[in-house]
Amino acid sequence: MGLTATQKILAAHCGLAKIRPGQLIEARIDLAMGNDVTAPVAIREFNKLDMGVFDPNKIALVPDHFTPNKDVKSADNCKFMRDFAWSNNIAHYFELGEMGIEHCLLPEKGLVAPGETIIGADSHTCTYGALGAFATGVGSTDLACAMATGKLWFKAPQAIRVVLIGKPQRFVSGKDIILHIIGLIGVDGARYMSMEFCGEGLRRLTIDDRFTIANMAIEVGGKNAFFPVDDVTIEYLRSRVDRDYEVVTPDDDAVYERELVIDLSRLRPTVSFPHLPSNTKMIDDAKGTAIDQVVIGSCTNGRITDLRIAAAIIKGKKIASHLRVIIIPGTQSIYMQALDEGLIKSFVQAGCVFSTPTCGPCLGGHMGVLAKGERALSTTNRNFVGRMGHPESEVYLCSPAVAAASSLTGFITDPADVSAGPDATNKQAEAAL
Amino acid sequence: MSDNSSTARGYAFKYGDNVDTDVIIPARYLNASEASHLAAHCMEDIDPDFINKVAPGDIIVGGGNFGCGSSREHAPLAIAACGVSCVIAKSFARIFYRNAINIGLPILECDDADSIKTGDLIEINFSTGTITNQTRGDVYKTQPYPEFMRRIIEVGGLINYIAINAMGNEK
Repeated sequence: MGLTATQKILAAHCGLAKIRPGQLIEARIDLAMGNDVTAPVAIREFNKLDMGVFDPNKIALVPDHFTPNKDVKSADNCKFMRDFAWSNNIAHYFELGEMGIEHCLLPEKGLVAPGETIIGADSHTCTYGALGAFATGVGSTDLACAMATGKLWFKAPQAIRVVLIGKPQRFVSGKDIILHIIGLIGVDGARYMSMEFCGEGLRRLTIDDRFTIANMAIEVGGKNAFFPVDDVTIEYLRSRVDRDYEVVTPDDDAVYERELVIDLSRLRPTVSFPHLPSNTKMIDDAKGTAIDQVVIGSCTNGRITDLRIAAAIIKGKKIASHLRVIIIPGTQSIYMQALDEGLIKSFVQAGCVFSTPTCGPCLGGHMGVLAKGERALSTTNRNFVGRMGHPESEVYLCSPAVAAASSLTGFITDPADVSAGPDATNKQAEAAL
Repeated sequence: MSDNSSTARGYAFKYGDNVDTDVIIPARYLNASEASHLAAHCMEDIDPDFINKVAPGDIIVGGGNFGCGSSREHAPLAIAACGVSCVIAKSFARIFYRNAINIGLPILECDDADSIKTGDLIEINFSTGTITNQTRGDVYKTQPYPEFMRRIIEVGGLINYIAINAMGNEK
């Protein structure tokens, strides 16, 4: 019986030739990550252990959730994490001017390579599976133990095999693909399982599309996502990772719990209605819903391709009156790219605001919190009750193209219905990379 | 779990499927992590009156996929800080499950969780893995913990487990 790619990576990290699904293992960790919400809790647990950090070069701490500090309590948390990072010589601590949203930042900084095992005290750590790594979200106590010992316990997962075929239509992005899958299998459809992607449709996906898809594996309860390494991956890694890494592929006879075949050519832009990511509708059934605020950004859709698609639709136009449009680049580097390419000018001239990188509004933290009865259309990842503010506010999830098109009208809009320039497609955005 | 806590007894607070960590402890309160701060806002967005009604020993009961969403350990910490003795659900989201085990909050997977209603008096025997619904006169079986997780809960969480093992290695 063969192994999935995830099972092979985990086996290699616990020194076993084979592992079986359900087996409890202790695996070696290549990188442990925390943020300003989860790391302070982890550090207090870590301090109970009377042990040093296992390797200051294999820990990353990113202040991104309530930063720039939104209040005194957040400032105290950030200071606590900063003091820990400095006193323990943590190599990958990112201060405000060089920071970014953790799941945009770590791959960009070359801290993720194929075949590695990465844990993060943030549920969207599964993002890094886009690069052929095993990466999974854990809690703060897990992070504390990983920082102390360099190891962590796991239950070896079963997997769902997702076969992507066909060519996506115009304005169908990675976000639409993963929202479609979430709608198909439900918010616990991959609970405790890996989602391993394959198929000829992969070559149509930019690396940013793959990050977006992997990012939302947690929204079906998944432990991790895995994309095979191909030319697109290697091109992304070339200027970022100079250490040796191992490209892992699933065995030909790997056993999967379930197989999904997704024909990308049949998908349409997709929107998740409140209050579950699985409550999806295709754009034809979603359009027309009035909105108060648009957010384009987050660890899901704050990358340069996302900003390029949005800017191509918004450039030279004005956003709808009475609408608030907040655009947030994932990292300082993406911010600079957007500046160099004139994207920021297009956004601001249209009436959007352009923020410093932060998780802020995605979790109702700051920089765009919703009032009672307000409705946001957002490229973020969750639309649970109260997610972006008041418990009686609503969040609709969508792609950057749908968010940008809706910014011009004030209601949920099919990007095909607003006159967009010829460059407002995935392919053109990719060519511009 | 030590010997004196091998049973729990309390009244049930029943919720549905997919209780997410955003309603267990909304992110607007994650700028601090003290137990009293978290306890004051536990379940606020799904049951605003919860913190006024809950008493030490009471039990939260959910449907499927309890604790889905973010990795915030603040969620089981908030529940534990309210004095809740156990969470029972048909199934748990995986990060919530890890976090609960790691901080020593007992959680039980039980196929019959839907049979329990709010206000039922529940008694749990962790040694035998049985849940007795005293209000309805029913007894439910639960999934036993794997040995490794049972040891973590027995010593009060993962930090204690690591500390004990580290001492063992030094000998």
